[in-house]
Amino acid sequence: MNSPTLQTTFAGIECLNPFWLASAPPSNCGEQVMRAFDAGWGGAVWKTIGEPIVNVSSRYSSVDWNGQRMMGLNNIELISDRPIETNLREIAEVKRRYPKHVVIASLMVESKREAWHAMVRRAEDAGADGLELNFGCPHGMSERGMGSAVGQVPEYCERITGWVKEQARTPVIVKLTPNIGDIRLPARAAKRGGADALSAINTINSITGIDLDTLEPRPNVGGKSSHGGYCGPAVKPIALNMVQQVNADFVDGAPLPMSGIGGIATWQDAAEFILLGAGTVQVCTAAMHYGYRIVEDMGDGLLAWMRSKGYASLDDFRGLSLPKVTEWKHLDLNFRVVAEIHADKCIGCQLCYTACWDGAHQCIHLDRASGGMDVRPAGTDPRTTHHGANPQGKPTPAEVFAASVKTISVTPIPKLDGLQASTATPLERIPRVDEDECVGCNLCSLVCPVPECISMERRETGLPPESWEQRVAKGKVAEEVAVTGNPNL
Amino acid sequence: MSEATGFYAKAPRNAEVAARFVELHPPFVAAAAVAEAHRCLNCFDAPCMGACPTHIDVPRFIKKIATGNLEGSARTILEANILGASCARACPVEVLCEGACVLHREGKRPIEIGRLQRFAMDALDSMQDAGAALPFVPGEDTGRKVALVGAGPASLACAAELRRRGVRAVVFDARPLPGGLNTYGVAEYKLPLLESLREIDRLCALGVEFVLETTVDAVKLAELEREYDAVFLGVGLGAIRKLGLAAEEHESVTNALDFIAGYKSGAIATVAETVAVVGAGNTAIDAAIAAVRLGAREVTMVYRRGPEQMSAFAFEYEHARLEGVRFLWHTPAERAFELGCGLVVLAVGQGTHTEFVAPMRLEMEDGRIVVERATGRTSHAKVYAGGDCVNGGREVVDAVADGKRAGVAMAQALGVGR
Repeated sequence: MNSPTLQTTFAGIECLNPFWLASAPPSNCGEQVMRAFDAGWGGAVWKTIGEPIVNVSSRYSSVDWNGQRMMGLNNIELISDRPIETNLREIAEVKRRYPKHVVIASLMVESKREAWHAMVRRAEDAGADGLELNFGCPHGMSERGMGSAVGQVPEYCERITGWVKEQARTPVIVKLTPNIGDIRLPARAAKRGGADALSAINTINSITGIDLDTLEPRPNVGGKSSHGGYCGPAVKPIALNMVQQVNADFVDGAPLPMSGIGGIATWQDAAEFILLGAGTVQVCTAAMHYGYRIVEDMGDGLLAWMRSKGYASLDDFRGLSLPKVTEWKHLDLNFRVVAEIHADKCIGCQLCYTACWDGAHQCIHLDRASGGMDVRPAGTDPRTTHHGANPQGKPTPAEVFAASVKTISVTPIPKLDGLQASTATPLERIPRVDEDECVGCNLCSLVCPVPECISMERRETGLPPESWEQRVAKGKVAEEVAVTGNPNL
Repeated sequence: MSEATGFYAKAPRNAEVAARFVELHPPFVAAAAVAEAHRCLNCFDAPCMGACPTHIDVPRFIKKIATGNLEGSARTILEANILGASCARACPVEVLCEGACVLHREGKRPIEIGRLQRFAMDALDSMQDAGAALPFVPGEDTGRKVALVGAGPASLACAAELRRRGVRAVVFDARPLPGGLNTYGVAEYKLPLLESLREIDRLCALGVEFVLETTVDAVKLAELEREYDAVFLGVGLGAIRKLGLAAEEHESVTNALDFIAGYKSGAIATVAETVAVVGAGNTAIDAAIAAVRLGAREVTMVYRRGPEQMSAFAFEYEHARLEGVRFLWHTPAERAFELGCGLVVLAVGQGTHTEFVAPMRLEMEDGRIVVERATGRTSHAKVYAGGDCVNGGREVVDAVADGKRAGVAMAQALGVGR
């Protein structure tokens, strides 16, 4: 097979690769954007251009998690603080020197037809390959009737998109805000307004934290703060869901091309967005954290994965996961998995044990050395064969702990104790799953620190696939209601 | 004897020894401690806790470091082990908590539990220096009193449990400073004498009383038994055994315990050019490395058997080799006196020191006091015992565990336990 390619076309725009810098500080000026292109970025959405603003100091705050910095980043920075003509002059300069790279002008002006017309004309005259309408910025600008103040009201979204389309010669991308109940509504409005593409998500309203010494929220501006826009790895799952929702929405015709945004930092993240239908991906936080250089592995890793999967281009896998996302009512209620702990990999941390007891269904026990392995599963499914809590009267975590602290241990002295150091996990520390009580929730496999130590194994129920919706259609649920009085079974 | 407090402030300070015995395991800086704390998996019923004779809830104190709750971290340690500061430095963590860390089985470095424990205890020292209160208080006075013989780790741990339950705890020791081997016997690069005393000051604040430079003999012991509600024996082991050779009566011959106590207390500041150490236990290693640090040009360990039979921990042996100590295996002790060394240090194991308890007719075994493991109770209803005099010579943390169990049991026996 020929080497796969990352080249792609997005809403008619030819792209060297799908990696664009999102409209944000990394794309603030021409000097930065050119260095980003040198590093390998295929495109940049310019820091939003509009009538210059004055920013506050400070502007960012973050959420660290378990010793890792910036799981999530928050900002209260506004659009570009540089004169419009400076930004446009630099766009022209970048396009002259990097004609094959994509430069998208992100725009935000007051909600007046003439203002938008003028701005669109100037941006396109500067040589922008496309326009992104910033209907998403959730802080500051929204208080002035722009940004998410537009994106949150579908009719404004449709009307302004329409004004832009009256003027635009290049593709128009509408950037959606996640700070709304149903993101499909502004997406449909943008489509009705004539948008050529969408991008999602913009940042999420947030307060990242409070300084426990001063009691002041972050980021601190003279002792006060304001809600900001949250982004970074923490928001990726929210972004994936919203991208999927929009890309699976056929209410107003086929979905528009989507530029995915939200916590993308690696090639895996990019692949996931593309599998849910994104045409390009936009990155901000990761570039702010580690610099433009991160794009190298995003491309390299994505190509390696494409080779391993036999995909020649992004089109070969774009959207392939969309049909695999469905409504809950279509999921097969007769599909069953149970957890299996592989003793040869277990290190004996017993996190699965405590997680199952306190956070799940009390079906993991510490009885491998005391007869637990002799118990043969009855093959019953606890979802339908209900038992009381802890039916076999196994010790609770508190009882296990209390017994443990009563033991007497001494420093082993080889000469006195004849002890041989053993590297194997003692059998009594390896937990066992009681299959007949396991609901197959995954929790143990999620908390287990060892890869592939806990796997979820298929158990045949002997029943054909059947969803809740099918049960309702067959009248089964009605029968259950009659028997149990519960309309949800 | 209430003036027997404030040992840290009053203790001798020797800059020369401090410079020569730079600590083996430097403390964590805060950011590194937090990063290391985050590596801990937070195991349930953690093996590190089980491996610790005092059962410190290791994941709990480590996660408190991660959240910045250092006072709570130190309290967690001290609740299980009142000598948490010295154990953090003196414990052979390789064969205890860190040896039991599950990360070994995943091919990863174990959590540096010892250094994290020290970090929390150092933080407590800083907080106390800044005027913070003790993280625990003595129990309400019950009118009961217990005499403790020997001021080593076993008695100190026992005394702490008694004080927490409102029992008067009066500790007798023949030496001028309390702490036993913690103060006089642990290599200075692991546990400086000053740090042992700083920790004992916390016990003073808990109301433990010390009667020092007072030898308890059979007569005194009988008096204590009469006058106190109970007696705890934490007398440790006796002197280093003699070889029975004429040569060992020379002034150029000493024993490892006197040698180590000598340099730690400042009585010894230099050493001969060449030193031979007889024996190959952990104490012998400590003595050999001390000789190197004190400036000996050549230090030789003489052991009658081979490296396989050596009772020192493997990491201690490695350390000695790295310090430049030479080993003569399968060599009779007599040979040590023929090497022409300026100093010969005997470290061939300690005898027992229990003759003075003979009139009490306690059940004994090979000179060791026999106790019920879970309570430390001897065959005499009023007498409890723990530490080296019971276990034959193990680690500080084993003595602490013995003393702790005995303290809890004594208070219960006195009707004031909880």
